Parts: sequence; structure tokens; C-alpha cells
Amino acid sequence: MEIFGIPLQAFLSQLLLGLVNGSFYAMLSLGLAVIFGLLNVINFAHGALYMMGAFLAWMGLNYFGINYWVMLMAAPLIVGAFGIIIEKTMLRWLYKLDHLYGLLLTFGITLMVEGLFRSFYGSSGQPYSTPELLQGATNLGFMILPNYRAWIVVASLLVCFATWFVIEKTKLGAYLRAGTENPKLVEAFGINVPLMVTLTYGFGVALAAFAGVLAAPVIQVSPLMGSNLIIVVFAVVVIGGMGSIMGSILTGLGLGLIEGLTRVFYPELSATVVFIIMAIVLMFRPAGLFGKEK
Amino acid sequence: MMNKKIGYGLVLLALLAAPFFLYPILLMKVLCFALFACAFNLLIGYTGLLSFGHAAFFGGAAYATGYALTTLGWPMELGLLAGIVAGGVIGLIVGALAIRRQGIYFTMITLALAQMLYFVCLQAPFTGGEDGLQGVPRGTLLGIVNLSNDLNLYYVVLAIAVGAFALIVRTVHSPFGQVLRAIKENEPRAISLGYDVNRYKLLAFVLSAALAGLAGSTKTLVLGFATLSDVHWSMSGLVVLMVLVGGMGTIIGPIVGAIVIIALENKLGEFGNWMAAVTTIDWFRSIGESVTIVTGFIFIVCVLAFRRGIVGEVLAWAKRPAAH
Repeated sequence: MEIFGIPLQAFLSQLLLGLVNGSFYAMLSLGLAVIFGLLNVINFAHGALYMMGAFLAWMGLNYFGINYWVMLMAAPLIVGAFGIIIEKTMLRWLYKLDHLYGLLLTFGITLMVEGLFRSFYGSSGQPYSTPELLQGATNLGFMILPNYRAWIVVASLLVCFATWFVIEKTKLGAYLRAGTENPKLVEAFGINVPLMVTLTYGFGVALAAFAGVLAAPVIQVSPLMGSNLIIVVFAVVVIGGMGSIMGSILTGLGLGLIEGLTRVFYPELSATVVFIIMAIVLMFRPAGLFGKEK
Repeated sequence: MMNKKIGYGLVLLALLAAPFFLYPILLMKVLCFALFACAFNLLIGYTGLLSFGHAAFFGGAAYATGYALTTLGWPMELGLLAGIVAGGVIGLIVGALAIRRQGIYFTMITLALAQMLYFVCLQAPFTGGEDGLQGVPRGTLLGIVNLSNDLNLYYVVLAIAVGAFALIVRTVHSPFGQVLRAIKENEPRAISLGYDVNRYKLLAFVLSAALAGLAGSTKTLVLGFATLSDVHWSMSGLVVLMVLVGGMGTIIGPIVGAIVIIALENKLGEFGNWMAAVTTIDWFRSIGESVTIVTGFIFIVCVLAFRRGIVGEVLAWAKRPAAH
């Protein structure tokens, strides 16, 4: 069977690849949006911390023999703790200043983290094998579905929707949203806003690390894997607008799919299609698809 | 005022004499990056717009000049002009899109569009892919002066840098520059006074991009190549760092920043060896290859403790109220 002259199997596997990329976009842009909402900081270091998550998984396996599943839980906790240190010692001092200093600081952190990993591991990628449970593929009749890729999509969707649920439907999330709207008033109600800010940053970067561990088996673990991704995620964030959690998730997944489709029909454009869409969105809806014009 | 003029005169004399004491290629590299940083400062320091995509103008112009001189065989003057035009046109496109959003979004858009140009340069047939454009000829000035002589080229580059610097100083002090400053200080007020803020922003953006293009073209002329690293986001980061270290919004800050950062890049290996010898930690020897760790560190220190930059701090110190 063929679609527009392309074999169905090839078409669907590219679409799945797009969905996998989209899952990463969704998780990272979600973290960026949550952090920006409360801290007003665009966390450039998001890519570096995603890379750190992947490297922690690799190091856990190669140095200590800790398996994938343990690291999938442990790496986000370690990176989250690292994020809390960053917030407590550095970011905290910048909230009263222009937003651009937060970006510059996290850019500096990115350079340092990447540089450190590069000085120890070089620029080349380290292979990380797929966990045993998820090796192989399932034949669905119309396509061969690689188990691990399916797991990435399922796991990231679960995490994204759990985050959405907590923020939109629980009391904790209500505090968080209130803190985004008016931190002073929330503090006056006796809620510890600085603690909430710290934990939010920790959670956001833990999400990046989780994405990093998920990515480790499908892409080579390399010090530069984060910065290549984060710029695309920035474009995703501009397209979606950071106002809505669900918006971030949907934009991320959607753009991943579009990228996958582009790879099928016009591969030369696949690296730039997200940026082109960003330019078009800026022309017609500058606030972003889900953004509110202020 | 008189003091200032004498100061500029002395600096100019020092620059004229410099190639007899220091390696001319290094000096020319510093001049190119000083020009690049000044162009960038026009935007961040005087208009309040943080572009993270200036590599696009610098590198785009570097490629345009390289292509014009190598493949098309144009004379040197036209090659430079091609670079300025390339920088300006890319700036017009990026700027027109980016000024539709403000603040941090503006920065992300410039970064994303510059990354797009990076991918274009990676794939386009005329950029030489991973190798870039190598062996770009320097040619002659007006068909008379042979520029393959480093000393001759140095004075041409110096003239370009001084001319561009004068243009930037003139712009900053012109009525146009005053409007830009008003936009930086209080944009809603500038709008309510009847200024078409977006047109001013775009004009400043294009001017900055064209001058960054001139810097990129001159760099291609000096070093003889244009490569992917010229359009990479780390180049955008480098120019931000230079301006941050030197002092945003000061006239000579970016120049000081460019000198400091280029000197640092050149001397870092020696510094690492010295640190290794002093602390007996062998790891420091590798620091020469991993410049990014040190630049990242400087970024963090500058943002946390040193936001006015070197020149900014000196000015603040000179203007401090008397002790009693």
C-alpha cells in the first residue's frame, strides 16, 4: 500500500519518528513554559540539563551498572537537585532585573556544563543500548512498531498530561497559577512563594532530564545533543506561546509530526521547517497559537 | 571634550604604530571583532534589544564576501559591499519578524532564525558545506595596493574599523540615536510621543546587522575563509559576551571587551599550563581546548556581579560622588 507514492511502512515509521521528536519538544517546551510562568526566566540551560540527564543514564550504566529504569527515576532527581542549587545560588539574584539577564546567566551555565562534559567525553556520541524489556518491535499488521519508540511517546504523554493535571486541576497547581498571576498577593495569603519558585525550577529541569534519559537509547549521548535541540524548542515555544500548558504540549507534538511529514515529502527542508512555521506564525499571529495578546 | 579628542588621537596613533610591535593578523582579528561588538552594542546598549542571532549577519556576510571574491571573482571593494548588503538584507528579514514580539521572545526569535540560516549554510550548494569557503583571495585596493601584504591590509582594515566606529558614534549622538535611547528607557512613552517605534527599531536593527556584516566580510578578507562556525549560535554568544564584559551601552566598552576576549582565547592554553604547574592538577592543561568552560564562567560572573562591564564600572567609579 502506498500514500502519495511512498510505501505505507516508510510513511508511518517517519510519522512515528516525528511523534518521538514531538514528544521531546513537548516535554522540553512544557518545562520552559512552567519555569517562565513563575520565574520569568527563559532557561537556556534546559538543553544542557537534558544532555546531563542522558549522560547520567549513560554514566550510571557504564560506571555503576545501574539499569535504565532506576536511572529514569534517579537522573531527574539528581538534575532537579542541581537545578535547585542553580536557582538558590544564582538565578535568585536576577528576578528583579531585566529578563535578559536570566537568559544570559543560563546561557553561561550551558557553556560551562557542555564544556565540562566535552572536556571529559569529547564531542563524539556514546552509544546507550535499549533496555531489554523494550527491545525488538511489534508487528501491528500495517506497520512494524519499534517497542522503544512507542514507549517514548507513551511515557512522555503520561508525564505531560500528569503535569497538566497537577497544574490545572489540583490545589497545588492553583497556587502555582496564582503565583504566576500575582506572586505578591499569593505570598500575602501565607504561601511560601520563594520555595515554590525553587521547586518549580527543580521540577522543570527534572522534566528535561527525564526527556534526556528517554532519548539516550535512540540518539547518541553527546555533550552537544542539548544545544542542538534547545533552539528548535525555542522556536516551538514562540509558535505555541507560553501562556498555556496544554498549548505547549500540543504545539510540541504537532510540530514533531509536521517535521516527520516533511522528512517524507521534502527531506531537504526537514531541518528548517519548524523555523519557517515560526516565521509564518509571527506574520499572522504574533502572540503565538495559544498565546494571549497582552 | 578636549581631553576626549586627545585620547582618541593617542589611541589612533597607537593603532597606526601597533603592527610594528604586534602580530598584524591578530590585530586585524581584534579590529574585526571590535567592529562586530560595536555593531551589536548599537542594538543592546542603545535600543535595548538583545539579539541572539548576530552570527547570522556576521556569518552570512562572511559567506557572501567569500563567494563574491572566490567564485564570482569580484574585486575586493565589491566583495565587501556584497557582505554589507547581505548582512543588511538578512537583518531586514530577521528584524521585521523579530520586532513583532518583545523582550525575551525577541531574543528567542533572532536565535531561531539565525539557526535556520545555519542549516541553510550547511546544505546550500555554494557554501562548501562542512569545509566552508577556503582560500578567499584578498585582491588589491582600487587595483593598486597589493593586500596580500599583511601590513597593507592592516591599514585598510583599520580605516574600515575607524570609519564604522565614527558612524556608530555619530548615530548614537544623532537625533535618531536619541529616539532609540528613548525607546530603550521607556517604550510606551516613546509611542505616546508619536514615534513610530517599530520603524526606529527596525532601522536600528538593519544598521546593526549591516555593520555586523561589514565585520564578517572584513574577517573573511583577513583570514581568507568563511566557515560554519561564523554562522553558529556560539558566535552570537561570543559577541554578547564581548559587549557584556566591556560594558553595554558605553561607546568603547565593546572594543575593550573584544580585546579582552580575543586575548583570552589566544592565551588560555598558556594560562591552563600555568595553572596546572601551580596546582599540579593536570586537567587544567586541557583548558586551552575547552574555551567554552571559561567563557561560560565569565558569563556567569559578569551577569551576577559585574553587569556594567569593565568600562561601565570605570565610568561609574569616575562619576562616584565625592567622599565627603
